[in-house]
Amino acid sequence: MSAVLDILASAGLWAAVLRIATPLILGTLGALLCERSGVLNLGIEGIMTFGAMIGWLSVYNGADLWTGFLIAALAGGLFGALHALLTVTLGLSQHVSGLGVTLFASSFSYYVFRLAVPVAGSPPTIVPFKPIAIPGLSDLPFIGPAFFVQTPPTYLAILLALLLAYVVFRTPLGLAIRMTGENPHAAEAQGINPMAVRYGAVIAGSALMGMAGAFLTLSAFNSFFPTMVQGRGWICIALVVFSSWRPGRALVGALLFAFFDGFQLRLQTTLGGAVPYQLFLMIPYILSIAALAVMARRARVPQALMQPYRRGER
Amino acid sequence: MTSPIPVLDIVGVSKRFGSNLANDDISLSLAKGEILALLGENGAGKTTLMSILFGHYVQDKGQVLIDGVALPPGKPRAAIRAGIGMVHQHFSLAANLTVLENVTTGTESLWSVASRRSEAREKLLAISRRFGLTVDPDARLGDLSVGEQQRVEILKALYNDARILVLDEPTAVLTQVEAETLFATLKDMAAQGLSLIFISHKLDEVMAAADRIVVLRGGRHVAERRAKDTSKAELAELMVGRTVTRPVREASTPGEIVLEAAAVSVRAQGVDVLKAVDFRLRAGEVLGIIGVSGNGQGALAQLLSGTLARTSGDLILFGTPVEDRLSVADVVASGIGRIPEDRNREGAIGEMAIWENAILERVADYSRRGLVDRKAGKAFASRIIDQFDVRGGTPTSRTRLLSGGNMQKLILGRNLINRPRILLAAQPARGLDEGAVAAVHERILEARRAGTAVLLISEDLDEVMALADRIQAIVGGRLSPPITAEEASAQKLGLMMAGEWQAEQTHAV
Amino acid sequence: MRFERREHRPLALVLLTPVMAIVAALALSGILIAIAGAPVLEAYWRILTGAFGSRLSTTETLTRATPLMLTGLAAAVAFRARLWNIGAEGQLYLGAIAVAAASSHLLGGLPAAIQIPALLAIGALAGMLLLLVPLWLRLRFSVDEVVTTLLLNFVAVLFVSMLIDTVLKDPTAFGWPQSQSVADAAMLPKLLARSRLHIGLGLAVVLAFILQFVQQRTVFGLRSRAAGLNPAGAVFAGVPLGRTLVVVACISGGLAGLAGAVEVMGVKGYVTTDLSPGYGYSGIVVAMLANLNPLGVVLAALFTATMFVGADGMSRAMHIPSYIADVTVALSLLTMLTAIFFTQYRIRR
Repeated sequence: MSAVLDILASAGLWAAVLRIATPLILGTLGALLCERSGVLNLGIEGIMTFGAMIGWLSVYNGADLWTGFLIAALAGGLFGALHALLTVTLGLSQHVSGLGVTLFASSFSYYVFRLAVPVAGSPPTIVPFKPIAIPGLSDLPFIGPAFFVQTPPTYLAILLALLLAYVVFRTPLGLAIRMTGENPHAAEAQGINPMAVRYGAVIAGSALMGMAGAFLTLSAFNSFFPTMVQGRGWICIALVVFSSWRPGRALVGALLFAFFDGFQLRLQTTLGGAVPYQLFLMIPYILSIAALAVMARRARVPQALMQPYRRGER
Repeated sequence: MTSPIPVLDIVGVSKRFGSNLANDDISLSLAKGEILALLGENGAGKTTLMSILFGHYVQDKGQVLIDGVALPPGKPRAAIRAGIGMVHQHFSLAANLTVLENVTTGTESLWSVASRRSEAREKLLAISRRFGLTVDPDARLGDLSVGEQQRVEILKALYNDARILVLDEPTAVLTQVEAETLFATLKDMAAQGLSLIFISHKLDEVMAAADRIVVLRGGRHVAERRAKDTSKAELAELMVGRTVTRPVREASTPGEIVLEAAAVSVRAQGVDVLKAVDFRLRAGEVLGIIGVSGNGQGALAQLLSGTLARTSGDLILFGTPVEDRLSVADVVASGIGRIPEDRNREGAIGEMAIWENAILERVADYSRRGLVDRKAGKAFASRIIDQFDVRGGTPTSRTRLLSGGNMQKLILGRNLINRPRILLAAQPARGLDEGAVAAVHERILEARRAGTAVLLISEDLDEVMALADRIQAIVGGRLSPPITAEEASAQKLGLMMAGEWQAEQTHAV
Repeated sequence: MRFERREHRPLALVLLTPVMAIVAALALSGILIAIAGAPVLEAYWRILTGAFGSRLSTTETLTRATPLMLTGLAAAVAFRARLWNIGAEGQLYLGAIAVAAASSHLLGGLPAAIQIPALLAIGALAGMLLLLVPLWLRLRFSVDEVVTTLLLNFVAVLFVSMLIDTVLKDPTAFGWPQSQSVADAAMLPKLLARSRLHIGLGLAVVLAFILQFVQQRTVFGLRSRAAGLNPAGAVFAGVPLGRTLVVVACISGGLAGLAGAVEVMGVKGYVTTDLSPGYGYSGIVVAMLANLNPLGVVLAALFTATMFVGADGMSRAMHIPSYIADVTVALSLLTMLTAIFFTQYRIRR
């Protein structure tokens, strides 16, 4: 019991929570934006992988960290455009298209990575983002080191969550996106082009997914290796449901989730070999499934989610 | 009152879909403050024409002029800006958004940094005061009644400063009383200078509400009349183009009771959809259940179809009380034929072959040891196609390729071909053209003559009055006591559909 | 430009779609090979000869195709009923570890004639059970099974990793995490001497024929198709939706579990966490390439196995990352989806 309290009282845990949460926040926001417009984007896992690879590769080849981050976002947007082409223009099954994008984006990442970086004993590394202490706030006892000494993308992710919450609920654009996700025919009747809205939302959402991946290689770690995304994308899809498609709650959900994850990591070291480590690693996935089971019926799903829109076809 | 300058001029508009010429050189004009009715059957081209007006479709030929200025084709936004507002039959609204959000979507520049919500709210409230269309701007749309939702749909158009309002079958989902209120509102709007077009195939309301009537048939403009210079009979003939008489039932004596419901209630998803309903259905009679859609007739149909379980009450089928819930298999096996309310959603699986749809609900009869007897299934489908005159498909072609009328004939056929003891017909003629309606009605009456007990659930007064021996109204999940066809008049049924019998009943108790 | 639904789908077009899709995918990944600086046609020639150039490579390709057929069938059966089972990877691992556990701890002493069928059944059962969890969540809580099956893949692999690290660890494997081996009597007979090709291939092909028959001729096939195409219509026609989906899930999960069992009993003899190079995910592509047709799955699995086996050899000779096979397979899913679309719609201006 005291071991648990020790973990909770360490500023290190809370700092780690924000770090673990960052890719989840970005990925969840991205998936949420797509879904608000009516498009499920299961390309997320692959897009995150590609973002992680291309961000890292750019920096490895001399780009600065922010350029790497931006390139990852742009690449994510490109995959988003591919997904939009398949699901919006052609109106194909969003499930299967998304899986296709994931399979393609991940295998393409590995291909490009292998082509650019020949096999070596230990994977090459870059110098990642350094934590920045926010002047004043970081000097606060406990809270300072826990929450205000983070790498810049973490701060960016939190700002983006707030920004997206504002855009979705307080601007005409956000209303247009929500209307498109609820009833694209109604959006069209009000002079909004649902196809354009969906393209925009999927591309922008996928750019966020690309950034989520880049955080892994440019901030959380310093190298790229295949399968490093480890299902984080799928967890984000679950978090979108958990958050009832609300960006603010997505932020909270990602933090809550990261808390459990950070906690289990530390518990794992505390308990040592007494319990197989795999049991701890399962927790995030099982937690996601549990969150889905609890929320699936309560959440107000965008009514047109997964329904292709074709002009003149009802 | 009516000014001579046309606000809207449609000139020579044509539109072709594949081999179907939906609009053939149609012209019409609309004056300020005028109410114009666009009368025609399903498939006459009314909705296509209005979709072109609104920029949903691009016409192949012709022009739309607003105040003499041509409207760019295929641009809904331009149509809105020119002052055209559309009230769709299937509302273009989002259930999860608020009234205000539904109304203001797309009204501000998409790139402005903040929605001007308080201004929008004031404007909305001002409009609803001006035309007497009250709604709560912050209510979630899905929580409103159908009538209120229609008000939101109208408000949406007015909020966009519409001067020309197009209403597509506006009374389809309203009660008689709601419809009368609507027409009063429309007249008030016209008096305040708005121009209105409403699309309808109901002669009564066209005569009652319109100044001028344009009749479309087969995609062409066939006639134009002032309301005061024409009659229902003339309009009917113009609309149909030939004299199609719907069959009417002849007198007969009903047989024994085959189905009886006593205080049956159904609760689904936390809502009481049927509240202690009673009815008795006899062999060789048609019992009509009339009501505006959304009043529990869906649940009643599902209950008797075997897809919904009752919560309490007794069902007695052929004299035997039904123990627990009816399953679809029980229902079909006991000789109940079922025509579902929504034939495309429930009645058939479009991507499957016609023969597969013919046997799916009675697959036990067309299989042996788990294997489908394809030969027998196809033969069954052939028989239906022959006897019920299903056109446009062979047993192996995909069902989706059938027209609505032919799909309904297929559904009727698979139910009637084996002489069911009970036929449950939910909105059997909905959305069909006049010829197909007559065919469906004839089949129902034929079954009645053969001794089948028919439960007809409908929202169409004419249909119920033509076919039913006795009529009960359904309102808010309750059934009125039955009246005989002789007692029934449009007025009396209208009152019953508005729930008027309930007051009397409470007095009596 | 807009799309218009085709009223009739020419049969030739439908049969040609996978071919066109594969050609398009090969053309696209050809660009990637060219960017890497290698001659494209030679690369493809080497892939083909790498897969079929010798007796060894041909048997290797067929061996590789076996689990792909099974996972492909698993996906095809489920997708037909609109049950989105993306969890074949996890089900495969669970089937594999169940077989390893059962043979090394329980049934190892039994003769092959009894042990092999028993183990195959156990492997299938394990896969089934894993899929019934997300199906239950869908029927009970309306949880989308795509995400839950995906997430369970990770849980299943971690579970296997835990077992081969602890109770099922092979003590003779020099500390390497590897399960105890199945008994010799549990190994599937070879189809061909001096090769890895085992009767699992025959089993997979027979199962494809059986499934084809079940889907085309049986009441269950009719109902599961109806449930997939239009759930509301199926319910109205009296199709027991929940029960049909449970049976579909048992078949689908069972096939995926069987893939794991067959891979252990036919090839490896034991379980590691790299038993499957994504057979579960590739199975989705295989199913889609086959247009969800069981017999088509056999052919699509052969194509996929050809790419994987051939790319290994090609990659060594030409210094093109062997991931090009994964890229091509993934691309063929996307091109197939697009090709299916154009069998249903035509472009109109």
